[in-house]
Parts: sequence; structure tokens; C-alpha cells
Amino acid sequence: MLWLGVAYLGALAALLITSLWTQDDFTGTIQRTWTLDNFRDLFTIDVYRTITLRTIGIAALVTVIDAVLAFPIALYMAKVASPRLQRLLVIAVLMPLWASYLVKAYAWRGMLSADGPLAWIAAPFGLHSPGYGVPAVIITLSYLWLPYMILPVYAGLERVPNSLFEASADLGGGAWTTIRRVVIPMAFPAIVAGSIFTFSLSLGDYIAVKIVGGTSQLLGNVVFDNQGAANNLPFAAAVATVPIVVMLVYLAAARRTGALENL
Amino acid sequence: MSQQMILSSGLRRSLTAFTLVGLVVIYVPLALVLLNSFNTDNTFGWPPESLTLRWWKLAWHSEGARNALWTSIKVAIAATAIALALGTLAAMALRRSRFFGRNVVSLLIILPIALPGIVTGLAFQNGFRTILGVPLSLWTIVIAHATFCIVTVFNNVQARFQRLGVNFEQASMDLGAGRWTTFRLVTFPMLRSALLAGALLSFGLSFDEIVVTTFTASSHDQTLPLWIFQNLFRPNQAPIVNVVAAVLVLFSAIPIYIAQRLSGSTAESMTGAR
Repeated sequence: MLWLGVAYLGALAALLITSLWTQDDFTGTIQRTWTLDNFRDLFTIDVYRTITLRTIGIAALVTVIDAVLAFPIALYMAKVASPRLQRLLVIAVLMPLWASYLVKAYAWRGMLSADGPLAWIAAPFGLHSPGYGVPAVIITLSYLWLPYMILPVYAGLERVPNSLFEASADLGGGAWTTIRRVVIPMAFPAIVAGSIFTFSLSLGDYIAVKIVGGTSQLLGNVVFDNQGAANNLPFAAAVATVPIVVMLVYLAAARRTGALENL
Repeated sequence: MSQQMILSSGLRRSLTAFTLVGLVVIYVPLALVLLNSFNTDNTFGWPPESLTLRWWKLAWHSEGARNALWTSIKVAIAATAIALALGTLAAMALRRSRFFGRNVVSLLIILPIALPGIVTGLAFQNGFRTILGVPLSLWTIVIAHATFCIVTVFNNVQARFQRLGVNFEQASMDLGAGRWTTFRLVTFPMLRSALLAGALLSFGLSFDEIVVTTFTASSHDQTLPLWIFQNLFRPNQAPIVNVVAAVLVLFSAIPIYIAQRLSGSTAESMTGAR
């Protein structure tokens, strides 16, 4: 308890404070004077605004893709598969979760490379691999976080009683209507719970971007570059407050749907 | 039985097809890593022209990979040990007392997993270097890792507590056992499988973690993910990295196997993970 309280919150608070400090351009040391310069730079320099919007856009898109992909799979697992198959499927979905994050991003680097399997499959159709760039980042991130979406949605759907499906059918609802009007509203908190992971994980990512993103940048890269090469810790701290604020807003919104109980 | 009846057969068929395709997409990239570790072509041209074991031999003798693996194991064990102790204590504390702001505390506990790793990483780096003036070392990695590992242990233990209630412990106390005896003979055995699942998860998370690690590692402490990342873009190291990646893919079956043996409740114990 204390550990979390002191170590983690303390570090977060210190981060916020640091973002208000400034950096001596000449010596590279941190000056402890109060200023909002870092935030002013963040909001007024075009590059950072573009990167922020791009990051949030990618995170949102990845979340939507994962939700769309995860829902049918989770529905199959929860309501079609036999109990035995259900167990096997849970393992099948969990297994890639244990495979290293880096390895999976790396695997997509191989998949997408100019003479990799995707290019090989696409070539007869006159197409080529999307290469490394924003589309590759979206594909890779969606792939990476898909299990985080499937598992909560599956758990949520499993709790929807079968009798509801029957009731809906008895009342004349077709399969599609049942899914749209009964299943999705009931599974919604679970989907939101899953989206917390997919959204947050995409928001802070910079490794996958480096591996498959070519030259494109996300907020994470800005933070990383500023703390490392540029050694401008205060500015990195200021940039890092963006995902914090976005996540807090997101969590507050998610709370209203009751998603946090589904975590 | 009604499991089969509730959805129309057309919908069932399309869901089956979709799931199959989904699973194929999930596993093809991993299979590619395995296959490429035998690919003679060191730029991984597809399809592979011929297969070789050369890279596996090279990787086996790679000093850097071995050292990094050893570092990773040390960090993961230390972080898991800390997380087990503190996560259990936190869960017990929250269970006993119904103090004001309990909800705030449980929201606070999920923060380290809800916030992006880069924020956590930067917060720790800043905390250690700028605020406390502690040089980065193996221990700073351990502390940072332990923070998010605590969450997984806490989640597991708390779920177990909620299911069990307090009856057994009350019975034990009524029969004259002290607090410590009750913990040792009643509470702990009931928690054992939850703790094991939590430990497994913590170890996995810590072993695999790269973002927070990047920010809290000093320049001469290299965990396996850091090593992979550093060598990823070096053309002559690529085949060795690929072999290490293939080994990690194979290793990932082990925790799943253990968890299965442990209890049937894999889903329960692991969906709470990050």
C-alpha cells in the first residue's frame, strides 16, 4: 500500500513538477525554476500537435479494430463452442500473450518486410506489402493488444444468460437484431474494460513504432528521444502528461459505464 | 445443451469461420519467427530457400544473449518476490478495513497498469535520477517492475478473498488460534494457488517488460528484451535475435502449461493481467 502510495504516486507527482522546470540549453542541467514554457512549446509547436493527434487517432483506431475483431471471436468462444473447446480456445488466445511483446512486434517486421510473406502473397495480385509506416503500426498494435480485448469481452459475454437469447428469439428478434439490441448492450462494459488496455497500451507505445513504423513518430518517441538523446527531461515530462490526462479522462468516462468492475 | 441452440446455424457458422481465421492470423506471425530461425538467408527472404541449424549454434554461444537472459531472470525473481509480499499485504489490508476512500485506493492500484508504460518509466527515472539522486542500477529496475507486479498479485489475491469470505478464519480464531497461526494454517493454504498464479504472471510481465526497463536501466544492465531491441537493427545479429525470439515463443508455452496444471481457472486468474 505504502509502496504504491509513496513510490508510485510520488514519482508521478515529481514528474509533474519536473515538467514545470526548465533546462539549461548550454550545460544540459536542469534548472529548478518554475515555468510553463514546456507546455507552451507543446501546444504551440505544430509538430507536437500533429504527433499528439496522430497518437490519439492511432490509439482510437486500434481500439475500434480490436473491438470489431474480438467481439465475434469472444461470442463464438462464449456461446457456440463446447465447454471443452472453450477451455482450449482460452489457452489459444492466452498463449500469444506470454510470447514476448518484442518478439511479436518483431514477427510483424518479418511479415511486412519487402520480401516477406505478405509481399509474397500480395505479389500475384499486383499488390505489395504496406511496408513500414503508420499502417504497419496500426496492424502491429492491433495484433499485439487483441488478446487484451478478447479475454474481457469473452468473460462479459459468458455472463449473459442464454435465456436472454431465447427470449429475444421468441419475441421475433432475428440473429442480427438479437446481437445488436441485446448482446452488444450487455457486453458493452466488458468492451470498454478491454478498450482501456488497448487504448492505453497504444497511447504509450514507441517500441513497435520504432520496429515497424519507419520514420513516423508517436508521443512515446518524443518522450523517449527527449529523455535520451536530447536529455531534456523537463520537456519529456511535459509530453508525458498528455497521455496521463487522456487516460484519466478515459478512465473517468469508463467508470460511468461500470467497466472498472470488469477489469 | 442450450449452448448449441441459442444462435441460428448461419450465424454460428460464420462465427466459427471468423474465429478460425482469427486464430490463424494470431499464430502465423509466431510461426514465421520459428521458421525464420532456420532460414539460411540472413535477411529472411520468403519463401526460405533452404533450412539450416547454423543460427541456433551461433545463438547458443552468444555471450550477450546469455548475460542478458541471466539479468532478466534475476530481475524477474526479485520483482516477483517483492510483489508477492506487498501485493498480499495490500489485499489483506483492504479486505479487513472498510475505510473511507476505499474506492479511490482500488482505482489507484490499477493506475500503474492503466497508464502507459512510458509514463511509469519516465516517472521512475525522474524520481530516481532528478529527485532522489539515486544512480540507475539493477535495483531501480527491480523497484519499477515490482510496482506493476504488485497489481497483478493484488488482483489475484483480492479475487480469492472475495470468493472465500472470512468464515474459515473466524472459525480458526474461535478455536483458539492466534493471528499468525491462522494465517499460516488457514489463510495461506487458501491463497496458495492464487499466489502461484500471481507469481507466474509477475514473472512473465517482468521478464517481458521493455518500456519501463529502458527508462530505469543503467547503461550496463541489459535485460533480454533490451538486448533484443538493441540488436534488432544490426544486420549481422539479426539471425541470432531471431533464434532468441523463437526460443521465447517456445518458452511461452511453459507458464500456460503450469497454469493449466494448477487449476482449471486460467481465465479467472489471468484476465486481470495488464
